[in-house]
Amino acid sequence: MNTLDFMLRDWREVLGLTGEHLLLVLASTLVAVAIGIPTGLLLTRKTRWKRPVLGVANVLQTVPSLALFGLIIPLKYVGGIGWRPAVVALVLYALLPVIRNTVTGVEGVERGVREAAVAMGMTDRQILRQVELPLAAPVILAGVRVATVISVGVATVAAFIGAGGLGLLIYRGLRQNDNKLMLAGAIPAALLALAADAGIGFIESRVAARRRAGGAKRGAPARRLAAAVLAAAVLAGGGFALWRALSRADARVGSKDFTESIILAEMFAQGLEARGLKVERSYELGGNLAHEALVSGRIDVYPEYTGTSLMSILKRPPATDARLVYEQVKSDYAARFDVEVGPPLGFEDTFAILVRGEDSRRLGLKTVSDAAAHAPAWRAGFGQDFMSRADGYEGFARAYGLKFGGRPREMDLSLSYRALAEGQVDVIAGNSTDGMIAQLGLVQLEDDRHYFPPYEAVLLLRRDALERLPAAREVLQQLAGRVSTEEMRQLNFEVDGGKRPAADVVREWRRAKGL
Amino acid sequence: MTAQHTNDDDAVVRFRGVTYAPPRAPAPVLDALDLEVRRGETLVLLGESGCGKTTTLRLVNRMLEPTAGEVLVEGRDTREWDPIELRRRTGYVIQDAGLFPHFDVARNVGLVPALEGWGEGRVRARVEEMLRLVGLDPGRFAARFPSELSGGQRQRVGVARALAADPPLLLMDEPFGALDPLTRLTLQREFAALRARLNKTVVFVTHDVREALALGTRVALMSAGRVLLLDTPAGFLRSDEPRARAYRETLSAFDTGEA
Repeated sequence: MNTLDFMLRDWREVLGLTGEHLLLVLASTLVAVAIGIPTGLLLTRKTRWKRPVLGVANVLQTVPSLALFGLIIPLKYVGGIGWRPAVVALVLYALLPVIRNTVTGVEGVERGVREAAVAMGMTDRQILRQVELPLAAPVILAGVRVATVISVGVATVAAFIGAGGLGLLIYRGLRQNDNKLMLAGAIPAALLALAADAGIGFIESRVAARRRAGGAKRGAPARRLAAAVLAAAVLAGGGFALWRALSRADARVGSKDFTESIILAEMFAQGLEARGLKVERSYELGGNLAHEALVSGRIDVYPEYTGTSLMSILKRPPATDARLVYEQVKSDYAARFDVEVGPPLGFEDTFAILVRGEDSRRLGLKTVSDAAAHAPAWRAGFGQDFMSRADGYEGFARAYGLKFGGRPREMDLSLSYRALAEGQVDVIAGNSTDGMIAQLGLVQLEDDRHYFPPYEAVLLLRRDALERLPAAREVLQQLAGRVSTEEMRQLNFEVDGGKRPAADVVREWRRAKGL
Repeated sequence: MTAQHTNDDDAVVRFRGVTYAPPRAPAPVLDALDLEVRRGETLVLLGESGCGKTTTLRLVNRMLEPTAGEVLVEGRDTREWDPIELRRRTGYVIQDAGLFPHFDVARNVGLVPALEGWGEGRVRARVEEMLRLVGLDPGRFAARFPSELSGGQRQRVGVARALAADPPLLLMDEPFGALDPLTRLTLQREFAALRARLNKTVVFVTHDVREALALGTRVALMSAGRVLLLDTPAGFLRSDEPRARAYRETLSAFDTGEA
């Protein structure tokens, strides 16, 4: 299946994301213009402020976009995840070209013209509105054009903080190592950028041509331009309000940014929909965003793992008893976040120490302890996550007294599976529910010393959502203990290996289960 | 003082000990300048670039304010005037005309009347009158843009614009300086005729001694922020002042004796 086929098949999603992307860009550009042009004009009056303000805007633009989004998340009022912080970040990026071109445009007005305006007895306001702004308009427009094109590009990063847009496809593609997906996001984004560039460029040339050629009606360019910008603003604002209003849902279901989390979230979402509720999906929230979204009320529910909650979120020391971990997490979440931890879904997604099937058979390996003797002759390949986590490599190696031939190679998780299958490494740490395990004929060694904490899959729900939606509790009970490790591997494989939409796979699963 | 005493009513503009020194400048541009412009006269400020003549002009309509001393317009310190009001009753013409490139000729000329809130019909009538006054056919020129005019036409529009609101005082900063010699001569002649009809008080800046002698009722010869000589053109030609003599010599320097 090539990119075009994908885009045709999922045109609804691509179109929807393009719309989101466009709204992000429009809203942020309009805000940047609303702030940037007056700021620029002010700087032409208060020249003392010019250098510091332009300096700050300059520095803002040199901050890598991903870092800027990250820095905004913890801020009050403007921070968090979703649409608002994304717009804030985009505005910060778009400000510099708008401010700078406004200053340049106004300062570029011929000295004699400005002097004549003063000498004719025009007030500062009149000079600004009747002389400087219209004459600077082409330069200011050029700045708006640059800002818009930059925003189209930077907005792809907004997906990282849950603001949607075409970046979602790009990140999904990156994560799944799927070029088609990446292109399905990148091509519309590039087209948007080209369209924005050409569109504003057209207005720009019209404004400039009108001035040069003459023959135009008095004062038309400035006024018509202002009217056009205003109309666009109202349209965009209205459209966005409408979009928001129409997409208001009974429940908002979130997920983390990997396939299994999306599948579990989809199980819950379809359960709600089967009971006639309208569901808004906020999937693929990276890092800690899903948790933050839940706590701040932007989503009502998302799937999590007890071990992750215990250590990453509650920052408690690792523990090994599944029951105790579950109870601890449940009482902590209730007390600290007013969040209910649903009953375990039935499987664990823990680190799986994996070797090739033939090695396992040849050497008679069943447990990690069995493998310790062979470790010095082995090369290990581990994902960044495993290398850095509290319950990751260091403690693991200590618990089993492992000494590998060299320092483990740090590699992308999905690449490490392939590296193991192809014999480039001899042991990796995968996920126990990964569909690739069966597909590549790998064997999971038992964690016989119980080093890894339990990672039982559960759903986390806001208490207020549970009270509001009685159906949510029904779905929660319905899914309790319903998903086995083998099933989860199969579902993951359907999506990752079979390249099928999670929604379809979950729909079939529900049908097969008679839900 | 007694010898130079004139009735205050006759002085439209009066400089009293005016010093102007821009910040961080090594020397003041104007140095304790005393000068008066009498009602109805054309006072020409003659001098090389940098002698302070343009600065003098800009002090009159408060585009600059004196560092020391005072500039009186109609007997009132410019700092007491509302600058907008002062400028609207003071016509101003600069070298490259300073027309607004995005306004057509009619809107350029009608600018100050429009700012003053004249009705549309009255502004239009005034624009046509002014264009005819400076020798431009309103039907042909009113809708043109400055980029569609020759240098001389632009300068005519500049003059029309300065006169549109009928200001009693006109400031002209080398208005014909950028024109070719033939156009310049035409415009100088027309200006001389115009002035005779309109009875305006004019302060005229130039570095061209011929222009100064042809157009000025009085000529102020300036150098390094001071007035060296202030006299009628006839007095200027008789003066022993060394710089006035130097200027006089330029008049005949290339005289080859023909005609």
